[in-house]
Amino acid sequence: MTPLQRRAFLLAPFGVAAVGGAAFWLLLNRMREGTYDPHGLPSMLIGKKLPRFSLPGLPPSQGFSNADIVGPALINFFASWCIPCVQEAPALMALKQQGTPIWGIAYKDKPDATAEFLQQNGDPYTRIAQDEPGTTAINFGLYGVPETYVVDKSGIVRWRWAGGLSDDIVRQSLDPLMQSLV
Amino acid sequence: MKLVAVTFLGCLLATAAVAVSDPGEMLPNRAQELRAEALGHQLRCLVCQNESVEDSNADLARDLRHIIRQRIVAGDSDRQVIDWMVARYGDFVRLRPPVNAMTLALWGAPGIALLAGVAAVLIARRRRPAAPAPLSDAEQQRLAELLKS
Repeated sequence: MTPLQRRAFLLAPFGVAAVGGAAFWLLLNRMREGTYDPHGLPSMLIGKKLPRFSLPGLPPSQGFSNADIVGPALINFFASWCIPCVQEAPALMALKQQGTPIWGIAYKDKPDATAEFLQQNGDPYTRIAQDEPGTTAINFGLYGVPETYVVDKSGIVRWRWAGGLSDDIVRQSLDPLMQSLV
Repeated sequence: MKLVAVTFLGCLLATAAVAVSDPGEMLPNRAQELRAEALGHQLRCLVCQNESVEDSNADLARDLRHIIRQRIVAGDSDRQVIDWMVARYGDFVRLRPPVNAMTLALWGAPGIALLAGVAAVLIARRRRPAAPAPLSDAEQQRLAELLKS
């Protein structure tokens, strides 16, 4: 081994550590921005038709089935007991202001509690259905609330966000997608 | 993801208290119940991600346990139950992921590590300096003297 080779050999571990450190730093940064969630799962519904369902409404809203939803639209699973749902409420209200139809599904919630939640945080929904047993949610592949799905004109799911929507996510991902679907 | 954190804590506390074995959840048919439990142990709870559906006390896990049992009673095979879950939650729901393009690195890692180890040993052996020449007569004598004193 020439001295140069030897030096390269000794420095190699530091190089590996530096690259690993940089990658870790990028990852932490994306977690802080909210664009990466280590617990996040890809949705199996993307590119597929909505699962079939028919749910009762939260009075006075009518219930709805998968066939009632006219895309492009959002489907938002929420619950009164869910903290990120409170946090995403302003983003949903802003979407409603823009004229985006949002179909709400209350997940494992009591009707009274849902109504109170909507009174306190605003009601951004076109219609609100109740999924008290949570079976429709499982057919969607839901693993927490809130979750938001985008359905296009032909009833195909195009996007899913697990967790609360923020202005950043709306601006970076949702808005461009919704514009492309009109 | 505060919700995730809270549910995660909930999972931890819950498992500390009891392993899930609520008699009300069990199937009356012993063989079917055993099949359901075996299946539940192969499926990941999507909330407490390192626990199986059978071990977790999360709400979603309880629902999934219920569905496994419903499907078994309806006559589904083990394969069909797993496929039902994979269709909704993807391969991630299986605690033992299938071998495919995505998981090749995962399944191949032990083999790669073994090869790397063998290569390291071979390189180290080749680099070992040749054994020193045997002692000359004069050196042998000197050694004997030193050992005697």
